[in-house]
Amino acid sequence: MEIITKLFTSYGLVAAFGSVALIMLVSYKFADLIGQKRMGSAIAIVVALTFAYFSGRFTGGSKGVSDVGLFAGFGLLGGGMLRDYAIISTAYGVKLENLKKAGLSGGIALLIGVAFSFMVGALVAVAFGFRDPVDITTIGGGAVTFIVGPVTGTALGASTGAVALSIAAGVVKSVIAMILTPIIAPMIGLNSPTAAMVYGGLIGTTSGVAGGLAATDERLVPYGAMTATFYTGLGSLLVPSVGFMIVRALMA
Amino acid sequence: MEIFGLGIVAFCMFVGSFIGRFLGDVLGVKGDVGGVGFAMLLLVVVSNYLESKNKGFSKKTENGILLLAALYIPIVIAMAAIQDVVSAFAGGFVAFAAGGLATIGAMFLVPLISKLDKENGKAGANAKNERVEPQFDSGN
Repeated sequence: MEIITKLFTSYGLVAAFGSVALIMLVSYKFADLIGQKRMGSAIAIVVALTFAYFSGRFTGGSKGVSDVGLFAGFGLLGGGMLRDYAIISTAYGVKLENLKKAGLSGGIALLIGVAFSFMVGALVAVAFGFRDPVDITTIGGGAVTFIVGPVTGTALGASTGAVALSIAAGVVKSVIAMILTPIIAPMIGLNSPTAAMVYGGLIGTTSGVAGGLAATDERLVPYGAMTATFYTGLGSLLVPSVGFMIVRALMA
Repeated sequence: MEIFGLGIVAFCMFVGSFIGRFLGDVLGVKGDVGGVGFAMLLLVVVSNYLESKNKGFSKKTENGILLLAALYIPIVIAMAAIQDVVSAFAGGFVAFAAGGLATIGAMFLVPLISKLDKENGKAGANAKNERVEPQFDSGN
């Protein structure tokens, strides 16, 4: 047993590859069984989220299964470095004219997406009794992404409670995007490069968009990911400045 | 060689992230403004340019890039496994309402904005908004 533990910890990344392969094998087989071949990655993502939930309950940590010593390698495989490296590679094969066609609507989607999520988040905060413009702006930022929330909170000096809530709101967003996107995709016509770029611009949370599109149709990933990566930056720029000024003016 | 493919993506990543971080610095945002997006654009521009010259990347170089692209789904699954799902639930109803409504609402804006673009005639995109505007489909 000790040797096995040692193997898993010293070959962390390899252990993560093996474990993910196993999760995918089981999930794809299951998808096949229920006659929903294309649901394979969606099921694998849900399985992974479930493991993350139980690991969090078990360890009390905030990094899902990577808090369990045996699976620390997940932190490297699923971390920002390899994720961004692999996302960039998916742009290979994208046609320039498709991007040009969708560029304008992608840009519009970005602005509307940030404004819409912020507005919804801020309204929910007000509805739940928050009255401090700083806290409202921070929670609104969390509804943009789980990075914009704490960035805003730190910049404006929000209470730690509001910052925690904003992170939670952002995580809820990314988890919901991963699970709901494949289900809702046919209803919203998410089946073309343009629609994927609009989707990425509207939802914006890179992990949610990437996971959701991967579970819907892998070919759409590069288009959605491209706009989504501008979203957090735009949010970090607009929410603590313009967003805060609007909230303060409205609450005064 | 395959490693050239990995190297090209790495090069794009560093140039893109540099632009993203530089922008972030200039705009006074702590962090990266669309670095990955710029990197992807660069890769698209480079590969499209080479293809228009009738060369493209060699088969082996291409394999290096495709290897990374193939790893993408497993990476997304590993990423899902390291999310803080407990705190997403523990945030209570405020977090759920804020994050959930923002996401679901934004999803239903997708057909509106995809359509908006088509009406402007800027894009002959083949988004099929069958439920919304069936008449647009015949043209595509």
